[in-house]
Amino acid sequence: MEFLDAVFVTPFASMWDNPEFLLEVLIGGLLTGVMYSLVALGFVLIYKASGVFNFAQGTMVLFAALTFVGMLEKGMPVWAAFLVAATVMTAMAFAIEWVVLRPLVNQEQIILFMATIGLTFFLDGFGQLVWGGDVHPLDIGIPKDPLIIGGVLVNEFDLVAAAVCGSLVAALAVFFQKTAVGRALRAVADDHQAALSVGIPLKTIWVIVWAVAGVVGLVAGILWGSNLGVQFSIALVALKALPVLILGGFTSVPGAIVGGLIVGAGEKVAEVFWGPATGGAIEDWFAYGLALVFLLFRPQGLFGERIIERV
Amino acid sequence: MGTLAERRIGPPLLKAEQISLAFGGVRALSDVSLEIREHEILAIIGPNGAGKTSMLNVINGFYHPQRGTITFKGETRRRMRPHQAAETGIARTFQNVALFRGMTTLDNVMTGRLLRMRRNFLWQALHWGPALKEELEHRSFVERIIDFLEIQAIRKVPVGQLPYGLQKRVELGRALAMEPTLLLLDEPMAGMNVEEKEDMSRFILDVNDEFGTTIALIEHDMSVVMDLSDRVVVLDYGRKIADGPPDSVRRNQDVIDAYLGVSHD
Amino acid sequence: MLYREAGQFKTSYAADQAVFPIRQDRFLIAAALLIAYVAVPLLGNEYWLLTIMIPFLVFALAALGLNLLTGYAGQVSLGTGGFMAVGAFATYKLATGFPGLNIVAVFLIAGVITALVGLLFGFPSLRIKGFYLAVATLASQFFLIWMFNKFPWFTNYSSSGVISAPQRAVLGHFYVTGAEANPVDKYLFVLSFVAVLAFAAKNLVRGRIGRSWMAIRDMDIAAEIIGIHPLKTKLLAFAVSSFYCGIAGAMWAFIYTGGVEPLAFDIDRSFQILFMIIIGGLGSILGSFLGAGFIVLLPIFLDNTPRLVGLEIPVNTVTNLQSMIFGALIVFFLIVEPRGLARLWQIGKEKLRLWPFPY
Repeated sequence: MEFLDAVFVTPFASMWDNPEFLLEVLIGGLLTGVMYSLVALGFVLIYKASGVFNFAQGTMVLFAALTFVGMLEKGMPVWAAFLVAATVMTAMAFAIEWVVLRPLVNQEQIILFMATIGLTFFLDGFGQLVWGGDVHPLDIGIPKDPLIIGGVLVNEFDLVAAAVCGSLVAALAVFFQKTAVGRALRAVADDHQAALSVGIPLKTIWVIVWAVAGVVGLVAGILWGSNLGVQFSIALVALKALPVLILGGFTSVPGAIVGGLIVGAGEKVAEVFWGPATGGAIEDWFAYGLALVFLLFRPQGLFGERIIERV
Repeated sequence: MGTLAERRIGPPLLKAEQISLAFGGVRALSDVSLEIREHEILAIIGPNGAGKTSMLNVINGFYHPQRGTITFKGETRRRMRPHQAAETGIARTFQNVALFRGMTTLDNVMTGRLLRMRRNFLWQALHWGPALKEELEHRSFVERIIDFLEIQAIRKVPVGQLPYGLQKRVELGRALAMEPTLLLLDEPMAGMNVEEKEDMSRFILDVNDEFGTTIALIEHDMSVVMDLSDRVVVLDYGRKIADGPPDSVRRNQDVIDAYLGVSHD
Repeated sequence: MLYREAGQFKTSYAADQAVFPIRQDRFLIAAALLIAYVAVPLLGNEYWLLTIMIPFLVFALAALGLNLLTGYAGQVSLGTGGFMAVGAFATYKLATGFPGLNIVAVFLIAGVITALVGLLFGFPSLRIKGFYLAVATLASQFFLIWMFNKFPWFTNYSSSGVISAPQRAVLGHFYVTGAEANPVDKYLFVLSFVAVLAFAAKNLVRGRIGRSWMAIRDMDIAAEIIGIHPLKTKLLAFAVSSFYCGIAGAMWAFIYTGGVEPLAFDIDRSFQILFMIIIGGLGSILGSFLGAGFIVLLPIFLDNTPRLVGLEIPVNTVTNLQSMIFGALIVFFLIVEPRGLARLWQIGKEKLRLWPFPY
C-alpha cells in the first residue's frame, strides 16, 4: 500500500504542488538530454553512411576531449587546441577507414560492430597511455552562474550548451542539404550500390563521416568536460545514447535530437519524483525501459517509416 | 470432352472471395475472387505489378487483406499468420530464393519436416530413443525428395554456395518436404536457362501427378504456362480480367490488351 | 595419425547423423575428455585449476549459452551478465533458504529461474530485430544489476552487499563450494556440468529445435512460412540460453570466486562473453570453448610476457597497453577470419584431410 502510494500518488501530488520545481527538473533534464543528442548524432551519422553501429563513439568523445584538454594544458589558446583536436579526429577517421573499415568491407554488420568494440578498447588504452587516467579540469570560460528566469532556476552553462548544440545541428543540416558532399552522403545512406554506380567515392565519404562524427564528439566532450571535468566516465555517456537511438531510430537525425531530449528529461523526472519510492539510481536503466516500452508500440522508432515487408 | 486432366480435377480446394488489399493509398488487389481446384495446376499471370505475388501473400497469410475472405478446405478465415497457413497444408516458394543460407541442402529440406516432428525438448537434448527414431524417419523421407529432385550430390553443401538454379530446386524440395495439399510457386523458373526450365517443368508435373499436390504458380514464360497449366487466371492492375483454360485465355481480347498496353478508355 | 575419412562408408542414416561421424573426431573427443578428467586433475596444481581451468569452463558455459541465442537463433544479446547474476543470486537464495537441498538441484533450479527471467526479457524480440534488440537487451542488463544492488532481500540483508557462498558437498563429502572446498573436487564438478550441458547443446542444435533456430536466424519470413512459430522459437532460445548463462553465473559466484556480488556481472562481462563467441565462432559449440580459452589465456599471457622478457613497466602502463593490444587483436582476428577460431580449425581439418595434396 505504502509502495503503491509512493509510486502512483506522491509523485503526482508533489508535481502539482510545486510546478516551478517540476519545470526546473524538466529543464535540467532537457539540457542533459542535449548531450545525449550530440553523442547519438555521432552514432547516427556513421550508421547512416557506413552501416556501422559504432560502439566506439563514446570513447571517441573521451579521446577528443582528452586531446583538447591536453593541448590546453600545454599552453595553447582555446581555438588552436580545438583545431588540433579536430585535426587529430580527422586523422583518426583516415586511420580507422584504412585499418578497420576497408579490410572489413562487405562483412556482416555484427562483425563491424565487434570491430568497433575492439576499437573502443584500443582507444581507451591509447588515450590513457598518452594523457593519463586522471581527471582533467576544463574551463574555457563558459559562464556557470545560476539565473532566475520567470521564477525558474536555470544554469547559464546549460543555456550556452543548448545554444552550441543548436547551432551545430543547424550547421550540419546546411552541410547535408546544401553541399555536394552532403548530397553524396545522403545518396550513400540511401543505397550503397546505387551511390557507387553513379561514381560516388564510398571510401572518401566514410572518412568524411567519421571525421564529422569525431568533431561532433569533440564538441560534446568539451561541453561535458567543462561541466564535470574530462575523465573516463565520459565514455559511458555512450551507454546513455543507445536508448536514444532506439527511441529515435538509428538513421534519423531529428530522431537522435528529439530522442535525446526525451531521455534526458524523462530520466531526470523519474529519478527526482519516483526515485525515493524505488530506492534511487533508476537513472541507470530508466532510459532503456522507456525505449523498450516505446518500441513495443512503435517498432520503427519516432521518425522511422512504417516497414512493409516484402517477399 | 472429358480429357484426363478434367477427370482428375476435383472440387474447389481454396476459394478467395472479393479480396481487396491496399498499402497506404496504393491498391494492390481490388475485389479479386478466384478458386483453386483440387489436383489442378493453376497459373496466375499478368504484367508486372498486377498483384500476383500479393495474391499469393494473401493466400498464405503473409498479408492481411482489408476486405474479403479465404476459404481453404471448407474453413473460412479472415486473418491468419503464415505459420498457421503452413499448419493447414499450404507451402510456398519465393520469387527471390528464400532459403536458409547458413544451412546445408539437407538441413534446409529437413526444415520442411519441422511441423511434423513432435518429440519434446528433453528428448531433443538427449537426441536418443524416440527423438532419434523420429529424426531418422524424417531423414529417410527427405532423402526420397532429394532423390526425386536429383540433388543428392549437394546434400551437405551450404546453400549459400549453390548456383541459382539449384537453389530454386532446393527451395522446391523444402516446400515438398512439408507434404502440402496446396503448393504456391512464385516464378519457379525466373532467371533459368531453357534446360533448367525443362527440368523444373518436369518436376512440377511429376509433383502434381505422383503426389496429387494442387499447385498454383506465377510465371512469365507463356509457353511454360500454356504447357503446364490446367487453368489460367489473369490479373491486371489488381483486378482479375480473365479466368479459364489456357487456350481461351490466350484468345481473350482483354488479356491481349493488358499485355500489349492498350489504353483503357 | 592421418585425418582421413576415406574408407569410412556410412551404411545408414543413423551413422551419418552421429555426433562425430568421422572416426578421428571420435578419437579426438575421447582424448580431450580423458585429459580433462584424468590428466588435468593429476598434473594440474592449485593455481592452474582455480585461476585457469575453472574460469575457463565457467566462461565456456556462458559462451555456449550466448552462442545458442546469438550464433544459432540470431538474436544478439548484450544482457548475458544480467542473466548470470540472476543465476548467482537465485543459487544464493535457494542454498540459504533450503539448506537441505542438494547443490546439483540448487544449480539446476537456479538455471530454470534464470530461464524464466530470460523468457520475460525475450518478449521484445517479437517486435524488434538486430541492433535494436541488442540495445533493448541492455535494459535487462542494467535493470537486473540495479535490482540486485537495491533490494537487500537478495543478499539476505547483508550490510556490505557482498556475500559468500555457503559450504555444500556432492555425494556426501566432496565439498564443491565454500572455503574448505578442494580444488580438484570443484574442478571435476564444474567439468561434469559443462560436459553434460555441452553435449545437450550439441544435440539440440542438430535436431528439430536447432533447425528452427537457424531458420529464424537465416530468414525469419521464410521460417514463418514453413510453419515455424517465430515468438515461440525465439522465446525458447532465450530461455535455453538463459538457463546456461544462469548456471554459469551460479558457478562463477559459488565455485570460482566464492562470493556473490553484482559488480562481477556488469556490462563488461556481457561484452566479454560476446567477444568469446565472435572470436571462437558464431554458431559453433566448439567455438564457444575456443573463444573462452582465448579470452581467459590472453590477459594471463599479456600479464606475464613483459616479466619474462625482463622489462619493468609500471602497472598503469601495462593495463593500458593490455587494453590496446586486446582491442587491436580483436580487430585483427575479425579481419583475418570473421567466422572465428572454429572456422580456422575446420579449415585446418580440410587441409589435413587432403594432405599431402593441396586440393
